[in-house]
Amino acid sequence: MRRLLARALSALQRTSARALCLVLGSVALSLVLAACVVGPPQTMPREPGDAQRVRAALSASFVARGQAGLDRLEQDLAQRLCSEAEAAGKPLSDDRVQAIERENQALIRWPAAGTPLLGDWRSGERIAQSGVGRQWSDAPDVPAGGNCYACHQLSPDEFSYGTLGPSLLRYAVLRAQMPRTELERYTYGRIYNPQAWLACSNMPRFGSHGILTQDQIRDLVALLLAPDSPINR
Amino acid sequence: MPDSRRPVWWAALGGLLALALGTASVVAQSAQETAREIERYREAVADSSPGELWEARGEDLWKMPRGPRNVSLERCDLGQGPGVVAGALARLPRWFADADRVMDLETRLLHCMVTLQGLDPAVLRRQPFGNGEQRSDFEALSAWIAAQSRGMTLAPPLDHPAERAAWRLGRELFFVRGGTHDFACTTCHAQSGRRIRLQELPNLSRPEEARRVLGTWPAYRVSQGEMRTLQWRMNDCFRQQRFPDLVFGSEVSVALVSYLLHNASGAALAAPGVRR
Ligand code: HEC
Ligand code: HEC
Repeated sequence: MRRLLARALSALQRTSARALCLVLGSVALSLVLAACVVGPPQTMPREPGDAQRVRAALSASFVARGQAGLDRLEQDLAQRLCSEAEAAGKPLSDDRVQAIERENQALIRWPAAGTPLLGDWRSGERIAQSGVGRQWSDAPDVPAGGNCYACHQLSPDEFSYGTLGPSLLRYAVLRAQMPRTELERYTYGRIYNPQAWLACSNMPRFGSHGILTQDQIRDLVALLLAPDSPINR
Repeated sequence: MPDSRRPVWWAALGGLLALALGTASVVAQSAQETAREIERYREAVADSSPGELWEARGEDLWKMPRGPRNVSLERCDLGQGPGVVAGALARLPRWFADADRVMDLETRLLHCMVTLQGLDPAVLRRQPFGNGEQRSDFEALSAWIAAQSRGMTLAPPLDHPAERAAWRLGRELFFVRGGTHDFACTTCHAQSGRRIRLQELPNLSRPEEARRVLGTWPAYRVSQGEMRTLQWRMNDCFRQQRFPDLVFGSEVSVALVSYLLHNASGAALAAPGVRR
């Protein structure tokens, strides 16, 4: 029975499935209908040239507006390789992972020697809350926020947090075994450019892409590491 | 990661599992609150849905002679023959011979306004989305036309090579990272049970989830007091992605809508729906 269904399904996928589904559906063959509903196009193979068509379609379909120019459609190495691998459903080769991480490591800018990596956690909390910035609808001269709460749990007092990234609650407490300077540098770098550690991370490269300033990132490091920050209390 | 090439049965199973896990988590609480709020709202407006205002205006706009040629849209062919509105949404996007391209509902309306009524496409593109006093004809027309397919099954055609190419282009676009934040559609819509702040993010590459949401577009958006179309949704998600401004009816917009609506194939149409 299952094999029969599978064969019917793949036959449906190959032929003009939808029209058939409608006809069969109206005869109330609920099983076959269920097969139709699971739907064919998910399996349509990629064809040569599909990836190339993307570039042409993108440049024909957007206009510059506000601060968002057409240069935003140009992909850098990480954007290009990560998109390609994800569209192909294949993991990146080790070479490419290393190329991306190396390139992004080199993009990190550290505060001048002697400047503490921890700024002001209260300001960090405001930056973590704010989702303003870099959209064509945003005023270009207003400092951008980090919108960390969009993706992370941070302070236990904030219930409105997203789950695209891991929870950062008790961040410093949970990393108490890590040497302090190392933890500070890791945290600063991790916010400045996550892809220096993890190629194709879904977290924005806040420092390297000019979303947040070094001082804003220092404030966020304080939010994550200061003993009196609500995150670690 | 998106699972567009895994066997469908696994995708279905995974979807169910993820759904079950999703509802079990704490996350569900806040999501339930939002859902309750929308439900309360629906009850409050049960007798006079605000969507009906757009539907009524859409019907007028369809029948009213307008433009330099002073004709109505009643000869507009939405794919089922000139003037046929019932069931049109269920079979869009599709390839149209007269334009030799794939069009979704709003793009086809734009085409008809230009070719039948003689309206200026540049002017029409300037006001595709309503904003309070400045109303959008597209949102009203789409609401009324969508209502004429209520209860039908979404089944956009994939017979023409251009329709298949549009779906494939949409799939590619779904993965394109770019802009200041490195976002692609997949950043927010390729995992199940995730959210941004408290907003639930449907996994749109998964048919179960695509079906659950896409059959209710266009939708009345409570927080904005506007009827919104999928063209608006594409534009606004690209804005969040920090991309430049997506052109109304552009190739990218139609390809993504094709991808999404084909993924949602089989959905029971219940548009116009209601959103946060
Ligand atoms: C679009 C979603 C998104 C946003 C916005 C975001 N992050 Fe992340 N973040 C992630 C994801 C996904 C990961 C896990 C993958 C990784 O490690 O890069 C992560 C990982 C991290 C880590 C590493 C955690 C560890 O265990 O080592 C830190 C620290 C972090 N984020 C801090 C921040 C801060 C601070 C902000 C705000 C400036 C922020 N994130 C904004 C998605 C996001
Ligand atoms: C940064 C995150 C983010 C990105 C990137 C993003 N979206 Fe969204 N999308 C959202 C959010 C948040 C919502 C829900 C908004 C709400 O609750 O009203 C949403 C809603 C949607 C919906 C409607 C879902 C429903 O409930 O009916 C569709 C369709 C959609 N997005 C498609 C896309 C496409 C296509 C792309 C890529 C061009 C994209 N999104 C990129 C965040 C994103």
